[in-house]
Amino acid sequence: MAHPLLTVEDISKTYDGFKAITKLNFYLFEGELRTVIGPNGAGKSTFFDLLTGRTRPDEGKIEFGTEANNSHDLTRLNEVEINRLGIARKFQTPSVYTEHSVRENLVLSLKGPRGVFSSLFQRLSSTENDRIDELLKLIRLEAKGSWKAGLLAHGEKQWLEIGMLLAAEPRVLLVDEPAAGMTDEETYRTGELLLSLAGKHSLIVVEHDMSFVRQIARDGRVTVLHQGTLLCEGKFDEVQADPRVREVYLGRGKHGTR
Amino acid sequence: MSEAPENPLSPPPLSNSTAGILAFAAGAMLILPALDAGGVIDHFTLNLWGKYFCYALLALSVDLLWGWTGLLSLGQALFFALGGYMHGMYLMRMIGTQGQYHKPIPDFLVFLGWTDLPAFWKPFDQFTFAMAMVFFLPGILAFLFGWLAFRSRIKGVYFSILTQALTYAGALIFFRNNTLMGGNNGFTDFKEELGFALREPSTQRGLFVATAAALVGVVIFLRWLSGTKFGLVQRAIRDGENRTLFSGYATPAFKLFIFVIAGMIAAIGGALYVPQVGIINPSDMTPDKSLEAIVWVAVGGRGTLVGPILGAVAVNMLKSYATRAMPDLWLILLGGLFLLVVLFLPGGLVSLPEKIRGLWKKSIPATLPA
Repeated sequence: MAHPLLTVEDISKTYDGFKAITKLNFYLFEGELRTVIGPNGAGKSTFFDLLTGRTRPDEGKIEFGTEANNSHDLTRLNEVEINRLGIARKFQTPSVYTEHSVRENLVLSLKGPRGVFSSLFQRLSSTENDRIDELLKLIRLEAKGSWKAGLLAHGEKQWLEIGMLLAAEPRVLLVDEPAAGMTDEETYRTGELLLSLAGKHSLIVVEHDMSFVRQIARDGRVTVLHQGTLLCEGKFDEVQADPRVREVYLGRGKHGTR
Repeated sequence: MSEAPENPLSPPPLSNSTAGILAFAAGAMLILPALDAGGVIDHFTLNLWGKYFCYALLALSVDLLWGWTGLLSLGQALFFALGGYMHGMYLMRMIGTQGQYHKPIPDFLVFLGWTDLPAFWKPFDQFTFAMAMVFFLPGILAFLFGWLAFRSRIKGVYFSILTQALTYAGALIFFRNNTLMGGNNGFTDFKEELGFALREPSTQRGLFVATAAALVGVVIFLRWLSGTKFGLVQRAIRDGENRTLFSGYATPAFKLFIFVIAGMIAAIGGALYVPQVGIINPSDMTPDKSLEAIVWVAVGGRGTLVGPILGAVAVNMLKSYATRAMPDLWLILLGGLFLLVVLFLPGGLVSLPEKIRGLWKKSIPATLPA
């Protein structure tokens, strides 16, 4: 079996005595689309915080890279360094620059130098402009390129943020509840978009909406977190059939088993 | 829906208001000194406008941080005053032996018992050295303070409090006689600059032209900066620092750069202020001076180029009038003005035309049949 792109072993994180993550193991392979589900407080957001350098684990290792002896220890890097390695994160509440135009949001996210002095003299090349047009089409905002991002509808902001992640051409996309606040049709389209990205990129998607999870997990694996630990992992149908999962999550009726 | 340029990294067309302020400052640079020389306006008026323009530079420095980057610095008066002190040291040296004690060193040093010039005063005989220090000293202080503050991720109100403490500490240091910077009297009784007598109207006209030119130069620089990708990142930090950070921008470095630039812009204002006003002392670096500049920016309209200049000039014109007509009421007036703007005109004076147009449009359907 190939070496995982992301190797997470035995990580724990405690906040003021509250065990957010306990002895979690997680492996993501190149090109995979992994869905992570779990009830509120299962540790999903903390997990993303640990992967992106926002917080550091109390113990355990997080390594990035497909070669065992040439991987990056993410527990020693900060947000900026981790992002530059090619790990991009979409936040739960859409985080776009509300006073910038949609286009400017993408310009700021394009792959390229990020330094203070380069930013003073950088100009967009025509290839980069074309790339932005392409992204605008992909996220269905080509008619709204000059809109202030703050004026977009909630679902459009979610798409813009996904577009911003893609602009940076990352290897891994961490996507936190992309379908929140979307209509059924928008949700479905978002699912199709994420599925089309798998293969070229590797994705971890955290989601609550079960019909959406069923859609995007059709070929991939689903990881269920519960109280900061791994409850089970497998195909959507296996996970759904697991009595432990039914008990802690699906069986509670909030989301149903539709 | 807002109109943005198709290519965000090519400079946006000059907005009417920015073109207006440039034309105003450039026009003032030529017309006011001519009116003064021709006797149409008195020297006092010209001098007053020179002072307003220095304050405008301080206001731009505040807005660069507060309006454009989301950093409310309550310490910009410190950088303004330091710029003034650096130029003041040169002016003190140019008094030569014309002081009260007729000694070759400044009077306050004679008074403190010094017979020779302290070592750090010596290079200030050179105009170019003093001018270099106008940029260097505030710049290095901004760099050190900013480096410590931004590296430790000090944000929001904590940053504001720290900058206020910084300027207060500066004032306390300069109040001490042993700092050898004139103590609480500061520097005054300047005689000449580059061989020109400061009391000559022609010298003051020259200083006014230099001030207006500096203002025009800073406005052009800031407009250029706002059109670069740096400008985009700067405003992105203001509206969503987390997103910026998680997009691979080391936001502390960007904030540090802008903090140093803002410190230097304030210092230019202070350096030009001193020869025109004729005095600099530690009360110019107390926190309330910084707060006054915050009010100018709020009144004018933050996050714009025109607003800070408009605010600095308008509030100070009002101050010039009110401190003579009703000196006891001035502070109440200033506080009331700030409250009114915050409550009813959050965009400041620059948003007034838009606001009036909005009210006008609203009133039309009511008066016209559908």
